[in-house]
Amino acid sequence: MSPSEDVKKEPYLRIMDITKTFGDLVALNDISLDVNEGEFVCFLGPSGCGKTTLLRIIAGLEQQNVGKIFQRGEDISRLPPRDRDFGIVFQSYALFPNLTATQNIAYGLENRKTPKSEIKARVEELLALVGLPDVGHKYPSQLSGGQQQRIALARALATSPGLLLLDEPLSALDARVRISLRLEIKHLQEQLGVTTIFVTHDQEEALVMADRIVVMSQGIIEQVGSPEEIYRLPATSFVADFVGLMNFLPGTAGPGENQAQCGTVTLECDYPHGFPTGSPVVIAIRPEDVRVGDPNQKLSNTIPCHVDETIFLGSFYRLLTLMPDMSKPHLVAEVSNNRMRDLGIKPGSQILVHLPSPLIRIYPDGRELFQ
Amino acid sequence: MTTTSQSTPKTVLKDRTFYRKRVRQKVGAEGILRRILFLLIGLWIYIFLLGPLIRNFTRSLQDEKGLFIGLTNYVNYFSSPATSASLRHSLTISIISTVITVLLAFIYAYGLTRVTLPGRNLLNAIAMGPIFVPSLVQALAFIYMFGNNGIFTRILGINIHLYGPVGIVLSEVFYAFPHALIILMTALSLADARLYEAAESLNASNRRIFFTVTLPAVRYGLMSAAFVVFTLAITDFGAPKVVGGNYDVLATDIYNKVIGQQKFAMGATISTLLLIPAMIAFILDRIVQRRQVAQVTADVKPLGPKPHRPLVQTGMLIFCGLIALFIISVYLVVVVGAVTEFWPYNFSFTLKHFIPEVAGAHHGLGGLVFIINSLKLAFFTSLIGTVVVFSSAYLIEKSRGLKAPRLILYLLSITPLAVPGMVLGLSYLFTFNDPSHPFNFLYGTTAILVISTIFHYYTVPFLTATTALKQMDPEFESIGESLEMPFYRTFMRVTVPVALPALISIAMYFFLNAMVTISALVFLFVPGNEVASLGVMLLDDSGNTAQAMAMSLLILVTSLTVRTLFYFLTKGIQARTQAWTQR
Repeated sequence: MSPSEDVKKEPYLRIMDITKTFGDLVALNDISLDVNEGEFVCFLGPSGCGKTTLLRIIAGLEQQNVGKIFQRGEDISRLPPRDRDFGIVFQSYALFPNLTATQNIAYGLENRKTPKSEIKARVEELLALVGLPDVGHKYPSQLSGGQQQRIALARALATSPGLLLLDEPLSALDARVRISLRLEIKHLQEQLGVTTIFVTHDQEEALVMADRIVVMSQGIIEQVGSPEEIYRLPATSFVADFVGLMNFLPGTAGPGENQAQCGTVTLECDYPHGFPTGSPVVIAIRPEDVRVGDPNQKLSNTIPCHVDETIFLGSFYRLLTLMPDMSKPHLVAEVSNNRMRDLGIKPGSQILVHLPSPLIRIYPDGRELFQ
Repeated sequence: MTTTSQSTPKTVLKDRTFYRKRVRQKVGAEGILRRILFLLIGLWIYIFLLGPLIRNFTRSLQDEKGLFIGLTNYVNYFSSPATSASLRHSLTISIISTVITVLLAFIYAYGLTRVTLPGRNLLNAIAMGPIFVPSLVQALAFIYMFGNNGIFTRILGINIHLYGPVGIVLSEVFYAFPHALIILMTALSLADARLYEAAESLNASNRRIFFTVTLPAVRYGLMSAAFVVFTLAITDFGAPKVVGGNYDVLATDIYNKVIGQQKFAMGATISTLLLIPAMIAFILDRIVQRRQVAQVTADVKPLGPKPHRPLVQTGMLIFCGLIALFIISVYLVVVVGAVTEFWPYNFSFTLKHFIPEVAGAHHGLGGLVFIINSLKLAFFTSLIGTVVVFSSAYLIEKSRGLKAPRLILYLLSITPLAVPGMVLGLSYLFTFNDPSHPFNFLYGTTAILVISTIFHYYTVPFLTATTALKQMDPEFESIGESLEMPFYRTFMRVTVPVALPALISIAMYFFLNAMVTISALVFLFVPGNEVASLGVMLLDDSGNTAQAMAMSLLILVTSLTVRTLFYFLTKGIQARTQAWTQR
């Protein structure tokens, strides 16, 4: 979070101590979060982490057991959905099949005694906004998945809500459409400046679209931060594992306060990790941060490794290497094609691997990571 | 720096008492409206279903003067084999009818779904015939065919002693056949072709495949069909009334006690006894159906009809052909019997039987009065029934929260299937004929006939509506709410148009059943509002069998006409909504 802003300005949406249970299952455990006006926030997590439940609670479609929600400073915790100010888009689109695209978009306007001519103008404006000026007369079944989702978006935006809620809106689309629609939604949101919450299990989607990502797991928030923070400085091993690829090496803390022991190798990180010497830890580094074949042996964190396997992935190679006296796990490194050729790396080669200390993260032991 | 909740243990909750004061959503104007509507549905079911059933049960614990006597009536009923014969008879004919019907219907269904028989659609259409006429019409036709003066009895010189168990079983098998067939055809056509491919690749013999693949796959279908046939047979009144002779079953026993001997308490007692097997069959059927649904996965490769060995092929064709021929001949007998001077002695053509001479035919319109009454009953039952059932199914299925009332109303809405028409009718008689009852004014009106018919056939339309609603995106309501649209507007604007095919089939179900029903109405009609199906019974009672036949023909023709009209209505709607239903 950027604290200086939070102090001077009240957040647009404040979620306080929300807990929700379904029978014995704890869907959300004491969640608190602030969302600023005009922000694009992604709730990211695996299925069952509670992200959709939190979205539905914000909408009033589910009711929290405990906790409060404020929108523009007003307590909306107990308001039914119709008294809250939001537009929503679902994964299934939920377009009314018996109404045309135009009628679908106009649906929310008809109830507000808006003159017909104004409704017509507004619908045309929205159709243009989502890039589908010519499909107004068509029924949902006559539109492609991507077009349907854009109409659903237009319908949600028709009444100019202060908050836009998107529940995995791209999951049902095929990959190509998904990627183009990502940026479209992002640009649309920037253009309108509407505060937006986007639920997804797709980390790439979250990284591309969000101003801020809220990573969730098992009903709690693991980390809140900008896409770069989430990727560069994962706060927990869960976040490190869920977002992007990550090497996890088992080890023990110490002897120094920013050192850890991995097999026979002592590794250094750039910050005091705070774990007592000898306690089991996990040392994490992204494959693309592993430097291979650095000639200067004197650098710390430099390890002679054995290349177990090379995997060709088009624009680069992935090396599965083993550290001295270790049979698993692999230390994975990514190496460009040129560098592979220059260094002549083949399965069975001995190479020097350097782990830059600023890019190393140390987490408490999590055995599930090695399975 | 980033915030984390790492310090919070993941699934440990705070102190229990902390969660007891839940944050509840405010109940807006719509919430109040919904609650009022729930209350109205509850009242509607209470006044016209639960209340009468309770009254019927308490009546069985009283003597004829209305004094509480505990279980004495039940003790009296079981005191001797003679007094308790009707229960034994009912169970006997129902079990025999069930075995025969399910066996015949299974072979027929197998022929239609698995074997490449010529004219499968025609065979299917013919088999559905018995749905369009009251069960007593078939019984009448059997009298014309196999009775003491029946045409087959005379030609072949064999008397099968129709009056009694033989006639009842024959009629029930005929009557229940299409119902069993529908269930079994569904079960057989849901089979997974891949299982058969696997079995064949393992060189299993046809017999082995049948016993290891086919039968296990349709076992729930077979059970469900058995429960349905059993229920139809044990609750049927029309056929035993016409061909039962002195062989009393529960339904005719109730009728004789109440209408013949005015023994109301005994009628209530026997009707409670009839309720028990019907309830058991209903509950078992619900359990079986739930299992069957769980068995069907989306990922099934459907199995179409395949050519079989010539012997099987020919045998199947002969079997199905004979059954279809028999069904057709029964209706031919109805048609010919209705326009014949004096069956089976004088086959000259006449229309005189269409002018019946019983009470109710006093408008000079002859049999048409009954038909007009029937159409009136069917129209209002269909209209009101469809509106009430669909709206209540919508409220129950598509409301947020309010779980307990929704579950209770759902369970109440599916119980009418377990209530035999005789029991319902008698319960209504006890309830609405009581001058102190606030709805006493309904007694003797067409309204009470309509309401009883709606409740008699409540469950199937309710389940049809629920299924149709479940198939709709659950977020329609969420979208409507987020756009501040009142739920009843979204209901009218989206739900109803999308569910129109289901609504039409519900309306048709109510209509056709109202045309042929009799069991609940025998206790509720008054001179002047007899419907055609009752007319058949009354005419037969008074010995005018030929006129009863003519009335039956009128019912058959009307039902088929209405069925055809509904068919074109459905086609028309499909054409109109084609734009948004195409994929």
